[in-house]
Amino acid sequence: MIVSHEWLKQFAPQSKSAVEIGELLGRHCVTLDSIARIAADLSRFVVGQVVSAARHPDSDHLWITKVDDGSGEILDVVCGAPNVEQGAKYPFARTGTVMPAGLTIEKRKIRGQTSNGMLCSANELGLGEDHDGILKLDTDVAPGTSINAIFGDGDAALDLDVLPNRPDLLCHRGVAREVAAILGTSWSAAPLDDVPGEELARVNDIPTVRGTSDASSGAVSVRIENVADCPSYIAAVIRGVSVTASPKWLRERLASVGVRSINNVVDATNYVLQAFGQPVHAFDLARLTNSSIVVRSTRDGEQIVTLDGVTRNLPAGTTVICDESVPVAIAGVMGGRDSEVTDSTTDILLEVAQFDARFVRRVRKIVALNTDASYRFERGVDAGGALEIARIAAALISHVANGKVESLLEVGLAAAPQPEALLRASRLERVLGIAVAPAEIKRRLEALACTVRQSTTGDGANEVVFAVSPPSWRHDLKLEIDLIEEVARLGGFDQLPDELRPFRPGNVPDDPLYLTSRRVRNALVASGLSEVRPMPFTDKGNDQTPRVLNPLAEDEPFLRATLLDTLAKRAEYNLSRKQGDIRLFEIGDAFAASVDVLPREEMRVAVLVMGARRPAHFTDSKPPSYDLWDAKAIAERIGEVAFGDGTVGLRPGSGDLLWTVYRKGNSAADAVDAVDAERDVGEVKLLRLDSPVWAAQAFGVEIKLGTVSSDNSRGTAAVGETRCTKRFQRLPTTPAAEFDLALLVPDSMAVSKVEQAMHEIGGELLERVVLFDEFRGKEIPTGYRSVAWRLTFRHSDRTLKDKEIAGRRAKLLNALATDLGIKPRAS
Amino acid sequence: MEISEYLLLVNSLADDSRAMLNALVPDTRIDVAKGKLNALKDARMAALQAGIRELSPTDRKTAGAAFNTLKNLVQTLIDEFEVRSSSTDNTSSTIDLSLPARHGWQGTLHPVTIVIDEICEIFRELGFTIALGPEAETEWYNFGALNFPADHPAMELHDTLYLSKEALLRTHTSPVQVRTMQRYSPPIRVLCPGQVYRRDFFDATHAPAFMQLEGLAVDEGVSFVDLKATLAEFARRFYGKTRRVRFGPSYFPFVEPGAQMDVEVDLNDGKGLRWVEILGCGMVHPNVLDAAGIDSEVYTGWAFGMGPARIAMSRYDISDIRVLYDSDVRFLEQFPQ
Repeated sequence: MIVSHEWLKQFAPQSKSAVEIGELLGRHCVTLDSIARIAADLSRFVVGQVVSAARHPDSDHLWITKVDDGSGEILDVVCGAPNVEQGAKYPFARTGTVMPAGLTIEKRKIRGQTSNGMLCSANELGLGEDHDGILKLDTDVAPGTSINAIFGDGDAALDLDVLPNRPDLLCHRGVAREVAAILGTSWSAAPLDDVPGEELARVNDIPTVRGTSDASSGAVSVRIENVADCPSYIAAVIRGVSVTASPKWLRERLASVGVRSINNVVDATNYVLQAFGQPVHAFDLARLTNSSIVVRSTRDGEQIVTLDGVTRNLPAGTTVICDESVPVAIAGVMGGRDSEVTDSTTDILLEVAQFDARFVRRVRKIVALNTDASYRFERGVDAGGALEIARIAAALISHVANGKVESLLEVGLAAAPQPEALLRASRLERVLGIAVAPAEIKRRLEALACTVRQSTTGDGANEVVFAVSPPSWRHDLKLEIDLIEEVARLGGFDQLPDELRPFRPGNVPDDPLYLTSRRVRNALVASGLSEVRPMPFTDKGNDQTPRVLNPLAEDEPFLRATLLDTLAKRAEYNLSRKQGDIRLFEIGDAFAASVDVLPREEMRVAVLVMGARRPAHFTDSKPPSYDLWDAKAIAERIGEVAFGDGTVGLRPGSGDLLWTVYRKGNSAADAVDAVDAERDVGEVKLLRLDSPVWAAQAFGVEIKLGTVSSDNSRGTAAVGETRCTKRFQRLPTTPAAEFDLALLVPDSMAVSKVEQAMHEIGGELLERVVLFDEFRGKEIPTGYRSVAWRLTFRHSDRTLKDKEIAGRRAKLLNALATDLGIKPRAS
Repeated sequence: MEISEYLLLVNSLADDSRAMLNALVPDTRIDVAKGKLNALKDARMAALQAGIRELSPTDRKTAGAAFNTLKNLVQTLIDEFEVRSSSTDNTSSTIDLSLPARHGWQGTLHPVTIVIDEICEIFRELGFTIALGPEAETEWYNFGALNFPADHPAMELHDTLYLSKEALLRTHTSPVQVRTMQRYSPPIRVLCPGQVYRRDFFDATHAPAFMQLEGLAVDEGVSFVDLKATLAEFARRFYGKTRRVRFGPSYFPFVEPGAQMDVEVDLNDGKGLRWVEILGCGMVHPNVLDAAGIDSEVYTGWAFGMGPARIAMSRYDISDIRVLYDSDVRFLEQFPQ
């Protein structure tokens, strides 16, 4: 909502600057987005006329101009703008002028040529963007005149971010009421000078013809058939108007808030909208069949050509403004072209109607047409002041268009008064944290035009209660809390103490998934990976995939089922930018179809690695690329930090699926590669990217960290298990004995199986088994490989004898041969 | 001999060896150093080895371990001396010490995560814990329970992506507040960081999915003063002790009084300090407490919400939001941890 500072002053006289008013509104009422232009500061600039312009001898873009600034002396001024014209006038800053940006203009030399001042662009004056260089002034005023003569007397437009709870601020009178309430001054119902008093007095004397569903006066009649959608319709009949250009003051008022002037009648209706927030529409009475208005349901196949020239189909069963035969306006949205006011119009029917907010919203959405009128009706218009506004509007039109108001018809139901709300002083204190004196509470509410009755109740009559009737324009004041807000903001939140008071610790534990994700994130960052937060939508999906029904980007409507899909896209993005060393990870949600209302949602972590395993260094200029063993390590690491040491296993897969990650159960049997889809939490795989030839192989890891629960009945809290099960291992005090074993292991046998056998045979004394070599080729039979381990034995209480070690070794080799058929590699 | 006496002898030999080697000039030849060390230690080591047998059987193990440690230490001392003397040698002649260090890959956090972590850290010190919830939500949790009037322009502040008639992608993390209040009794002090969705085109200043961070405090006697003081304290810890903070009215259907907090910050653009809106906040609307099953006559609450992506963008001078999503490694590598 753009409001003019000067116009506000017409409703609520005060002497504060626009900046001060904007600041006050921001502290107490509504956010000020910007002050669009402040012409008041421009008095120091004068009109300068370029008497002559010649190219600068040492520059191909500079001009040397001679400027008449009205001082009687012709000044040399160097200018770099492309649009210098001999004889043209421009804003001129004399030496000593302080520019809005803070710079002081001084006499100086530019490439050897003296410049005594500056010709200014719109931007340099703080008047907005410019594209054509300096601001050419189309004016007759003499050089030396202050440019305020051209830009007006210092009005400013305040752009207010009016939120949906305060439709009363969508007009100048509404904002002025707030300014007056904040300053403790008064406001007037109609602007002081704009609306002619004697004209208004005449209109006020015209009696209103009333009816609940219809009314007529002379030849003009109004009938409402759908009172739910249109509770009230006021028509003013004005005859004998001449439609011409608006007077200057009206054009300037509208221009000050960015509204284009059309003609005196239309401008008057726009003025009323901007001043009072009530949308009004002027019909050419001669174009209304039988001079009648009928508010009725649409019929099948009805159409209307709206003011914007578009033919619109009207949906059957909604309400529309018609004359005796056809629709003439889309109620609350826009009028029809056939009945619009034109140069030949002489008689006018002025509509000042109330429409139901939800009805207008529905229609506006159906016809896809958002107007100033629909915007206000949807949010709520002050029905209480409609008749008064109809009279002001009629008076204004008759004034600017030389017409005569003939009659006023009011059809429908009187607006119900706003219900009373109760406010307890004690409740206010509990919500705000400080007590406000009852007299002050009453004063603030009354400043907002509420009617306040104060009483006391309770034991000893110590509870102060206010019965508050809000004014007709404050639909948002219904509950006690609404009134508390009014008292708080009018006083100002900044008045409340900045005082950190004691608080009780909360009952809510950290979400276990948060703790898990944080551990995983830290571990992956420590591993040299980069966290990403990509856009989670995807083009991959089918009929079952959860999807957005109304996506803006039709190419990616699906919720992702896997994070690796997203990471693969991001890796391809990097490859297309010649970045081949990629180490990305993401922790985010993946979705799957469900029979419930909500899709199944899982928090997952995914990692994608490809390219160099470490940065190149002069000692290591071609570091190896990430391979499957790195990917396996990442998966194991995630398992450790997410679920605990040794709780996750990797089951070999096939093809691109390298391993399936599963959570181990408690029993010993579960610890082996038990296949149980319920326990599968992730995958390690080769990724096939759309990649250039130079790119390395990409590896992906994706592991489910947990299901995001949408069940939150009381008591279902998954309280984080924080008990630590880790135990310190005593450091050995006895020496270890080590030996290496090189065995011929068939390709068909997993080394994990051999290691498991070693542990079983080795018993408690076998402390550690480390695989350090795998070799295929020379001297190794086909279908076999030589695998070498270092085995560490230790007794916790004594030094093992050589004889014992030899015995263990023999026993191991013997058992491996018998149980698994594995022989040592011949040495 | 007592074990304690034995251990003293071991320690003194270790000290003597270290002192002797440290006293040598660095360019002493290694064989000369070894000779001096042997002269110092050989006889004493032999005596110590023999001494083990003179101890009581229970002490022998301890003594043996100490002797082994000494043996290893002496070896380490001479090894270190060798490295030291050889490296002094080399520095002077062949190594260019301006050559680059050998780094591993540096892990990086997303800038939005960095901001979220910092904010959470401050609020954790003020007694808040972290709550999470689903990104796919029901209309009731996203709007109905939060006092959004049905079919009202307030809904237009939340252009919504729908999954079905009743399901949608949450437009804010406020549903987590409702779920938390349903699940736990006050006192409640939680932070809800999470991804939220709006039906916006993906351009330089808008993204259809972005992170939000909300907070909620509910208890008996909680007031606007608590809201103001806690959030102002946060702002001073986050932006600096001397930063000024102010509160002005705003509107969100789920809080009343509704407010916004502005902080006077320098955005490093040469324009100096100015007021910037940092977060929206307010007292939890009684209808919201009641909808979540908390008696609004007994309990009051306050809540706030902010956009960590916006904060990250102004802090790191990022003008195009899409760079946060592109995941270009050259961008990510600018945020090493």
